[in-house]
Amino acid sequence: MSILTAVLTLALIAALFGLLLGYASVKFHVEGDPVVDKIDALLPQTQCGQCTYAGCRPYAEAIANGEAGINQCPPGGEVTMLALSDLLGVEPLALDAEHADMPEKTLVYIDEDICIGCTLCIQACPVDAILGAAKQMHTIIESECTGCDLCIPPCPVDCIYIKPVKVEPDTWRWPLPDHGNTAPQAG
Amino acid sequence: MSLNSRHLWHFHGGLKLPSNKAISTSKPITKALLPKRLVIPVRQHIGEAGKLQVEVGDYVLKGQVLTRASSYVSAPIHAPSSGKVVEIDELPAPHPSALNTLSVVIETDGEDKWIDLTPLNHPNTKSPTELRQLIRQAGIVGLGGATFPTAVKVNVGPQAEIETLIINGAECEPSISCDDMLMRSYAREVVSGCGLIQYIVSAKHCLIAVEDNKPEAIAALHAIITEKALHTIEVVAIPTIYPTGGEKQLIKVLTHKEVPSDGFPSDIGVLVQNVGTAVAVHKAIRLGEPLISRIVTITGEGVLQPQNMEALIGTSMSELIEQSGGYHKDAAKLIMGGPMMGFTLQTDHLPITKGCNCLLVENTAEQTAEAMPCIRCGACATACPAQLLPQQLYWHASSKNFDQVQDYHLFDCIECGCCNYVCPSQIPLVQYYRFAKTEIWNMERDRIKSDHARIRHDFRQERLDREKKERDEKLRKKKELLAKKKLADAAAKESDGKTTEIDPKKAAIEAAMQRVKEKKAAQQTEKTDATSATESSDEQNTQK
Repeated sequence: MSILTAVLTLALIAALFGLLLGYASVKFHVEGDPVVDKIDALLPQTQCGQCTYAGCRPYAEAIANGEAGINQCPPGGEVTMLALSDLLGVEPLALDAEHADMPEKTLVYIDEDICIGCTLCIQACPVDAILGAAKQMHTIIESECTGCDLCIPPCPVDCIYIKPVKVEPDTWRWPLPDHGNTAPQAG
Repeated sequence: MSLNSRHLWHFHGGLKLPSNKAISTSKPITKALLPKRLVIPVRQHIGEAGKLQVEVGDYVLKGQVLTRASSYVSAPIHAPSSGKVVEIDELPAPHPSALNTLSVVIETDGEDKWIDLTPLNHPNTKSPTELRQLIRQAGIVGLGGATFPTAVKVNVGPQAEIETLIINGAECEPSISCDDMLMRSYAREVVSGCGLIQYIVSAKHCLIAVEDNKPEAIAALHAIITEKALHTIEVVAIPTIYPTGGEKQLIKVLTHKEVPSDGFPSDIGVLVQNVGTAVAVHKAIRLGEPLISRIVTITGEGVLQPQNMEALIGTSMSELIEQSGGYHKDAAKLIMGGPMMGFTLQTDHLPITKGCNCLLVENTAEQTAEAMPCIRCGACATACPAQLLPQQLYWHASSKNFDQVQDYHLFDCIECGCCNYVCPSQIPLVQYYRFAKTEIWNMERDRIKSDHARIRHDFRQERLDREKKERDEKLRKKKELLAKKKLADAAAKESDGKTTEIDPKKAAIEAAMQRVKEKKAAQQTEKTDATSATESSDEQNTQK
């Protein structure tokens, strides 16, 4: 009799918790993968595909699934790699030659005398930063250009060039002092 | 109230430094000669650059607006003298980056002819808002060096109640003496400006804080205040400790209050303005004159006749140094600002800007001593007036741990250079903090840009999907329509087939065959061979 009571009690508790967990999984259901969002938020959103994935979000998904390393984003460079390492709690990796740090930020401009108005670059631009219409001159909206260079290969007349982003006194950065690293390891 | 009755407090850290001010205070302020060419950078303040109002070839009068403020945190610039605008281009400006910035170049005509000025004799008849507007139109920015637009700073908002207005005449940095000389020569204007700012922010009382190593300035101000019997304005002599002229440090010394880390002095009922700014406010409101000149200290062992000069904004530094006796033969380094916080300039062919308080020429070249490893002595933490931990900041900044460096309150660092000065290993600590600050700002800009790009990318993706869906939908509808038509046609055929010809094509083929048949039949009648005729007709029948 007492063993029956124990079994029944345990069964009842198990059923109760089962229901509770089931309810919670429905009630507090999280749509999508929050880690992917967090990774995506750290990526530079150039959508350039230099990481070998089709854009920043696919790369974020690949990192979340453990398919890709955190050191494959050239536009993000070391800063993004360190931020990813921090977020995911993995060891920082050196940027390999294939995905080397880009020395400076660039954007593109269209030589408007040569442009024939084919719209191919407009179709290639992932952020709609090119303005123009068929047989009309095209132009880059500089403030929107991310410097992904995806518009360059489709251009049939090679009239799109890369130029460095102009550094203003406002956006200028102090260099790291080159007095050698005299700092002991923190901690 | 007597000068020494006020109780004063101390801020953490700080240094007693040799002042080196006497060499530039022996002569009264000299007015610089009117230069032939003035180069006025469009942006000389914190905030957005103004919108250009002149074109190349325009003739401008002294005090005429060259740009108008483009947003709330912005300031206009004015023509410092009359003449012709000969160039508007990216030109070198005094900035640690040595980058060019958009500047207006005026070739002066020597007449120095003013625009029509509208002096205001009774400012108290105007509302504070109207006076603030005058300050804004005059292009006044903080002249202590921060160059934050004054009109924005004195707009403390309806919630904040300003108890104390502090006029900062501490001038704690060694070598610089422009505020000292200004207070000695323009004490009346300083006091007038104090009164105006006090009225604008409705401050209960006003303290003019001057370091006790400037007795002449204190006496001059005190004389004016006694003469005018002003009861709410008081001159306070404060101990000479660097950097007591820092805003937060000065507030601490005078009121014992501390400004919250991410707050403003107005949060604790205090507003701080530089003495030079007070004079500029006086000129703007009482005389109607915009900010077109300032007092610059030309000093250092590398200059033959150190002095203070009143120079028009846009005057070339080389001209001022020439008028101060020129360079010493051993002159090696030109610094804008003081020895603690200034930065080295690569050339003297740069214009004086609103924030340029001092040109310091040193005979010793750039310090080349190799930095030694940190020995964790902690001298920097003792000296830090912001109560930070410079060692921790240094470690994290040099290893690019930008999150940690902010956890140690990097942005409370005022870059006063005390830690540099005391470091026995000669580590350029402030450079590391500046590096970290600009890196963090850059990351923030990148983040904003990437968020923007993400939104645009997502929107484009959504648009492409929608377009594809719409296209598919259209195609599907077209197909449906076609299928329907076919069905309808077929139905029509069925119903029509009983009465008329089924299909015109078939009818044509049949008609053609009929004709062939007839032809062949005609041939047959000509031929005598009957069997072949029957065979061929059989053939035709089977073909049918």
